[in-house]
This record gives sequence, C-alpha cells and structure tokens, in this order.
Amino acid sequence: MQFDRRSLLRTSAIAMGAVAAPAIIHRGAWAQEDVIKVVGIHDASGGLDIYGQPMIATLGFAVEELNAAGGLLGKQVELINYDPQSNIQLYTQFATQAATRDRAAVVHGGITSASREAMRPILKRFQTLYFYNTQYEGGVCDRNIFCLGSGPAQNVTKLVPYVMNKWGKKVYVLAADYNYGQITAKWVKKYVTEGDGEVLADEYFPLDVTDFGPTIRKIQAAKPDIVMSLLVGGAHVSFYRQWAAAGMNKEIPLASTTFGGGNENKLLSPEEGDGIHAAFAYFQELDTPANKAFLERFHAKLGDKAPYLGAELAMMTYHGFNIWAEGVKKAGSVDRMAVTEALESGISYQGPAGTTVVDPKTHHATLDVHIAEVKDQAFEVLESYAQQPPADTQAVCDLSANPNENKQYVVGI
Amino acid sequence: MDLALIVLLQIVTSIAMLALISLGLAVIFGMMRVINLAHGEFLMLGAYAAILATGHGVNLWVSMLLVAPVSVAIVGVVVERLIIRRLYGRMIDTMLATWGLSLALIGLVTMILGNTNTGFSAPLGSIAIGGFRMSGYELFLILFTAVLLAVVFVVFRFTRLGLIARGTMQNPDMAAALGIAPSTVYAVTFAVGAALSGLAGALIAPLAGVVPTMGTAYIAKAFITVITGGAAILAGTISASGLLGAVNTLGSFLATPVLGEVALLAAAIVLLRLLPRGITGRFLKGSL
Amino acid sequence: MNAALKTTWGPIALAALAALAVCWFLPATLELFALINATVFVSMAILALSLALVWGYGGILCFGQAAFFGLGGYTYAVAAINFGDTTGAVPLAILVPAGFALLLGYFLFYGRISDVYLGVITLTVTLILFKFINSTASDIWTIGTAPLGGFNGIPMTPPLNFPGDMTAMLMPDQIFVLAVIGLFLCYAIAKLILASHFGRVVVAVKENELRAELLGYDVRLYKLIIFTVGGAMAGLAGMFFANCVFVSPTMFSLSYSGQIIIWVIVGGLGTLVGPVIGCILLQMLTNWAGTLEVIDPNLVLGAILVIAVLLLPKGLLPTITGLIRRGDRS
Repeated sequence: MQFDRRSLLRTSAIAMGAVAAPAIIHRGAWAQEDVIKVVGIHDASGGLDIYGQPMIATLGFAVEELNAAGGLLGKQVELINYDPQSNIQLYTQFATQAATRDRAAVVHGGITSASREAMRPILKRFQTLYFYNTQYEGGVCDRNIFCLGSGPAQNVTKLVPYVMNKWGKKVYVLAADYNYGQITAKWVKKYVTEGDGEVLADEYFPLDVTDFGPTIRKIQAAKPDIVMSLLVGGAHVSFYRQWAAAGMNKEIPLASTTFGGGNENKLLSPEEGDGIHAAFAYFQELDTPANKAFLERFHAKLGDKAPYLGAELAMMTYHGFNIWAEGVKKAGSVDRMAVTEALESGISYQGPAGTTVVDPKTHHATLDVHIAEVKDQAFEVLESYAQQPPADTQAVCDLSANPNENKQYVVGI
Repeated sequence: MDLALIVLLQIVTSIAMLALISLGLAVIFGMMRVINLAHGEFLMLGAYAAILATGHGVNLWVSMLLVAPVSVAIVGVVVERLIIRRLYGRMIDTMLATWGLSLALIGLVTMILGNTNTGFSAPLGSIAIGGFRMSGYELFLILFTAVLLAVVFVVFRFTRLGLIARGTMQNPDMAAALGIAPSTVYAVTFAVGAALSGLAGALIAPLAGVVPTMGTAYIAKAFITVITGGAAILAGTISASGLLGAVNTLGSFLATPVLGEVALLAAAIVLLRLLPRGITGRFLKGSL
Repeated sequence: MNAALKTTWGPIALAALAALAVCWFLPATLELFALINATVFVSMAILALSLALVWGYGGILCFGQAAFFGLGGYTYAVAAINFGDTTGAVPLAILVPAGFALLLGYFLFYGRISDVYLGVITLTVTLILFKFINSTASDIWTIGTAPLGGFNGIPMTPPLNFPGDMTAMLMPDQIFVLAVIGLFLCYAIAKLILASHFGRVVVAVKENELRAELLGYDVRLYKLIIFTVGGAMAGLAGMFFANCVFVSPTMFSLSYSGQIIIWVIVGGLGTLVGPVIGCILLQMLTNWAGTLEVIDPNLVLGAILVIAVLLLPKGLLPTITGLIRRGDRS
C-alpha cells in the first residue's frame, strides 16, 4: 500500500516536468534577421472558412508578388498562416503566438468583429501592428490597428436608400448575434428611419443556428417590403436555402451587407440566390482594367486552385498587405511606430478595387463602393460610388488629436 | 386564421424533425440499452453519402432514400463488430467509446472532405396556404416521418422479425434458450438504427446544410428526446418529440429561436425530475 | 483515521515538492508564449482534478463540469471589471459556481436522479448556459459595467493584480506560479477530504449506495457536498483560464465537457493524479496534432478514447502502477 502511493507520486512528478517539453522543443525559433515575418490569421476551416479561404489565397498571392519583385527593404517576406478554425479562443492564442514567439512585423487577419476584438488588445499589449481588412460595423479608434474595409457610412448608407427606393419602406432585419450584427443593425435602423421608412422587427441569431423555419413564418406574418440580412458564416447560409424553399424569394426581396463576402452566391443555386442585393468596396465581377489584369495574374499563378473572391474581404486583404508594404518602403524600416507614422502621412494604393486612401485621423480608408445584384451565381454591378470617406468613424475618432485613444464607438439611436 | 394554421404546421414540422433525428437512437437505446453518442455522426455520414451520390449523377431521391441508409447501415455493422459488441452491458463505457467514435468520424470526414459547408437545394418547390407560403419539402418530411414511424410499428408489431426483436429486448436469456442468437439480433438492430440515422441525416441535409460537425447540433437534442421519452421506442419518441417540439416552436414564435431551444431543454429537465425514468417509464408502460 | 491521514501526508508533501520544482524551473526556462500555454494546461489540470474527485470517488458522472468552469470564468471577469480590483473577484469565482453546484446538486440528488439521467440533466444544464451566454450580445445584457458580450465573450477580462493594489497587475510568470499553487491546493484538499471520515463515506456510497444508506448515512447529503466541492474547484480552474485566455461562451461548450471526461478516463478513474497526467498529456498531444497538416486532431483524440475504453478500461495510471507492482513482485 505504502509503496503504491509512492510510485503514484513518482509518476506525477514526471508528468509535471513534462509540461515543459513542448515549449523547449519550440526554442530556437527566434526571429531571424534576414527575413521579415508577416502573420496571417484567417479561418481556413469551420463555419467562417467561406470568407477565410479566399483571404488566405489573396494574402499569399500578395506576398509572393512582392517577393518576386525583390521583397521589402532588400529582404524577403516570410508569411506565416494560422488557422483559428472559426474558434474565437484560438484567435487569442495565435495572436499571442504571432506577437511573442514569431515577433511578426505585422499581423493581418481577423474576419468577424468578435475575432478582431479578441486580438486587438493582445496585439496592442505586445506592440505588434495589426491590419483588419474586412468590411465591418465601424467605430474602432486605436492607433495600433488599421481597418481598411468599408464601414456603415460607406456601404449601409448607400444600400438602404437604394433598396428602399426600389422596393418599399418596411424593413425586417435579420442579424448575426454578436457585435457586428448588433451594431450594424443600429446603423440600418438609423438609415431606414432617415429615409422615412420603418424597421418592423430585428432578430438576432447565434452563428450556429441553422433552423430558420419559425423566423420565416414570422416574416410572412409581418409582411415587410424588404428583408435585410446581416447574417454571417456557413451555418446561416441555410437561411437563404429555407427562404427559397418556402418560395419567399419570389415574394419579398432580400438585401444584405454580408451576402457575397465569401462564396455564398456560389453555394446557392441560381434560383435560390438571384435578385439578392449587396453593397461592398469590391466585387470580383468589377469591369475595370486593373481588376481584369489582377484576375489574369491571379489565375495564371493559382490555376484551378484560385478561389472565387466574392466581395471585398479577399481583395481588401490584398490591398491591406500592399498598403502596409508601401508604409514600410516609405518608413525604410518595419518598426511599428515608423510604419504607423508613414501610413499616417496619407498613403494611397491603386489596386484591383480602385484607389484606397488611408485616413490618418481614423486609420480607416477612403474607398470606392458598389451596389450589385446576384444574377446566375455572379454579381452584376448596378451602381458605383467613387471615393467614399469612412464618415462613421471620422465623426467620433481623431487619432492625431488623441493618439492614446483605445475604444470602439457605437452609434447611438 | 392563416397564421394559426401556419404556426400549427410549424409545430408539426418541428415535432417531425425531432422524431426523425431521434428514431435511430431510440431504436438502439430501446432494444439494446446502448446510447450511441456517434448518432450525430451517423446523421452526418448519411448527409454526405447523399451529397456524394448526387454528385456522381445518382437521382436525388435514390441518394436520400436508398444510398444514405444503406451506406450508414454498413458503417453500423462495422462499428457494432469492432466496438459495441465488446462493451455490452456497460452503458457508460459504451457511451464513452461511441463518443470517441464520434470525434474520430468528425476528424476523418474533415480530413477527407474538408471542413466546409456544402449542401443541396430542397426539391418539391413551395405551396401556398392562404396568404402564406411553405416549402413543399417540409410537408413531405412530415408525411414521410409519419410513414416511417408506421412502418417501424408494423415491423415490430406484426412480423416474425419484430417478435424476435421484442422477445430479445424483454428477455435475452429466454430468447437465447429458444434458439435465437441475441448477438445476431443486436447486430441487426444496430444496423437498422444506423440506417434510420443515415436516412434522417440525408433528409435534413437540404434544410440544414452539411458540414463534418453538423452532428453535434443534433446529438444533444436526440439524446435528450430519447431519454425523456424513456424505454419504449415508438411511444417514447413520439410523446417526447411531440412535447419538446411543441415547446420549442412556441418559444421560437413568442420570443427568439434561442429561447425556443432553451425552453426545450428546460422542459426536458423538468420532465426528468418529475418522471426520472422518462415519459414511458411512467405512462404507456410496455408499449412499443 | 490516523493511519489514513499518515499515508496522506506523504503524497501531499511529494506533490508540494513537485509544485515547487515546477514553479522554480519553468518560468525561468520557458519563453512567454509557452508559459502562457503552460498556465492554460495547469488550469485544465485543476478542472480534470475536480471531475476526478466527483466522478472517480463520488461516483457522479457529471457531463456538465464545464458549466462550473465557465461560471467561474464569467464570475471572475464580471466581478473584476465591476470592482476594478481582482481581490474580491477570486473568491466570488469559487463561490458562485459552488453555489450553483449546490443548487443543481440539491435538485438532482434530493430528486433521487442518478445514472444516465443525471448525465443527461447536467449536459442539458450546460447546454442551456451555453445557449444563454451565446445570445447575450445585445446591450441589455450588462451586469454593472461589464457587458456579457454574447458570442464575443469578454476580451477585456482583466488579469489578476496583487491583493488590494489594483495598479499592480501580475505578470504571466506570477500567474503561472499561482495556478500551480492552486492545483497543488486542490490536490491536497482532495487528498485530505478522502482521508477523512467524510471522504470514506463518500467512497462507500459510490461502492454501494444501498448499503451505505442502510448503515444510516444520508447518501444524498454526501453526494451533494462532494459535488459542490467539485464545482468550486472547476470554478477556480475557470478563473485561471480567464486569466490566460479570456472568457467566451466556448467555456460552456459540449467539447470542453467531453474533453474533461476523456482526460479522467484516459488518466485513470478512481485516482487523482491520473486525470491530471491524462489532461496534460492529451493537451500536449492535441496541440501537437493541431500542427500536423494531414491528421485531424479530432481523429487522434477520438481514436485514443475508443482505444482507452476498449484496452485500458482502468486508465493509464492504474495500468502502469499495476505493471510496476507486478514487475516488482517477480
């Protein structure tokens, strides 16, 4: 008996020592001086992979293009990709890893606003520059982050009046249940009310909800003129399926701030998806020489593996990396503050999505916005608006006056 | 009036869905006292079997109603041979082993087919009911589930196969003494349960979308429905899904879909506290 | 009684030595990232220990140990944000889950619910908590100054500070040392409980509930108390976890509840050290499997669980000690 307990403890001591093992194995991975490390954190699997896959492809392509052209400051750029598997806690883990172990010069990544808010404080604490290249709800005011996607004052402000003018004034809002959906729904309400319309109801759905049956009945009972979808991720795609299965896509038109951000229009059949309206800073279908040239290079390089780029998420990732590279070139260093100051001097980049200008006061971007309609699994651009400023964030945030500001402003209604 | 009708139809739809996803688990639990926690993955495999088959040009209905149950039944036979058979009578161990199987199947399918949402569109168009529209496929699901339950009832109640199964369920030793090998009965039962799960998975695929982790969304619901129902396979499944499905839908209509789910779970807890052996442990004893 | 206590102090002293060695050795040698990961491992080990006590000795198969874990984390985060100081948040993070375990346990044990039905109810309660927390993104879900955040969780979960001094935040290595001390204390408390009269009744109830009852023990009360202690430990684990990651609804998820059970069964049901080892080994394994491109970590974990149930029904530690003893005898 006595012996038994002692042997038990011996095993425990060995096990406790073993905690150290994985970490020791990783030692020696200290930052090498001859490459510049860039970390990308995008979901390659899980419900958010419909957005993550194309973003990973364009980021990788941007890095390869830059390296082929001689790299940055005479060094090659090494891209490290992490897959947080649509799990919010893995975002924090990988952000910590990027900052403390890889000592990345910059982190590009985050798809949902939840993942951005998980990484932002960590990257700020560990003083690592952060680029968030996704369309989002606006209002982030933090000097360590650059948010280059479009915000509500760029997309919602165009989309809502457009569809209200076309279809009617009564709107039913369906949104993903986290900060993006909650805050963007407020913006939708604001613009609908300003256009003398009425929001009949707003409903919020956790990202894993797949059964929209009762909601579709409720919408039928409410009889809106427009259904506005702020739904996010793979699970929510089943809403569009069930909506079409009930024959509602022939009855009430849909508009969305998120549809097409990934490959939703390719997942749905033409009968299910046709007619949905969306507004983004880019669509793969944009008919401009710059975009055509890019797609040609992109497809020549990736061949069959080239994903459908959908709306702006993947392309702003490409722009975002190139804008960061411009900042590094101008600063002549990858130092965080030097690059930040260079970017604050008003850098602009001309790419497939048109001209993107960094707004020094908010670290957001002025960009082109388009409204498009789904036709036969592709987007047909209906209207374009050149050089829209990030007015929502500009109204509340001035980083040149308050460089230490660190919060996300939320619209009040 | 239309609204009342549509709410009623929605309730019936939820009940049918719940019964459909629970039936395979209920058959295995009722007959063998085995809780198959890989049930959700059997649903998932059925859905993928249907998708792969339609992808290879097989007719949609054939893929859903034939290919899916048959392929999952084969998986069921293998699983019964390799794992379940070694653990008879050890309920907790079986639960843990099938749980491991569930994780392994998720991992395996992710490796082979990728962790991406796929799916196919629901057939049958839509039907107008007064001022409302409803998917014809949902109506089909309600009818199909009813037919399926009836078929299971007839097989158990009126065929020799059903007699053997019920006999083994009541007293395996006596059945063995009468020259029936319980292990064969168990193997067949497990395969039938797996086939029912595969069928259910293929049938819900057009509505829910298909992803390797889709099973996790259903296993808890099915598990709770079966345990709340108690030992009787049909009476338990029907009564529990009737009650829980109604609570779920009413909650969704009156508040939000999330609160509907919470109401379902809370109802199950209250039921189990009042009837610790499930609904059929108290009422409808000895029924199928 | 004295004899039982005597055989208990030895293991506790050895565990103290092991904890000391780890505290002295690891913070000095590990880089920051690995140290934060190690703290996560230790917090998980406390969680494994809590279920090892409740299931392995109390005979209560709780499918919802993650509920207490999550409650501990959320209580800590909400209290720390409201107080601005974490001194009061730590005891709350233990008391609230313990209180919840007390209520739930009263409902279960005084309702004479046992076996698989107990499993279903604990699972269901965890699911309810998960669904509830996951749908609190709206502004109305704010406790004091702390928004619950729904799917987002609470990314601004503040790290621990020195008791009473809210400006002096602890460094990751200090939090690691605290977590190791926490693990040691939980182990010591569990050992002392099991060596006491109370602990031996708990084990007797597990071995034969009817017999214990006929001997005059109130079985329900013993189960309730050990369940509550387990809840408190899981809450402490959640508090440490919140310190190295942050709190989000995944803490309540089914996959956590599942993993805990896997750690205990692989490590060895009916031991305390086994589950701790199982937890740390399996986490290292899943971390490693996550870096593999070809094999999915779920496949590895699932296969291990199936094999463990089929081939090592007693778990890793009892099998190894059994082998050592047999080798010794020959």
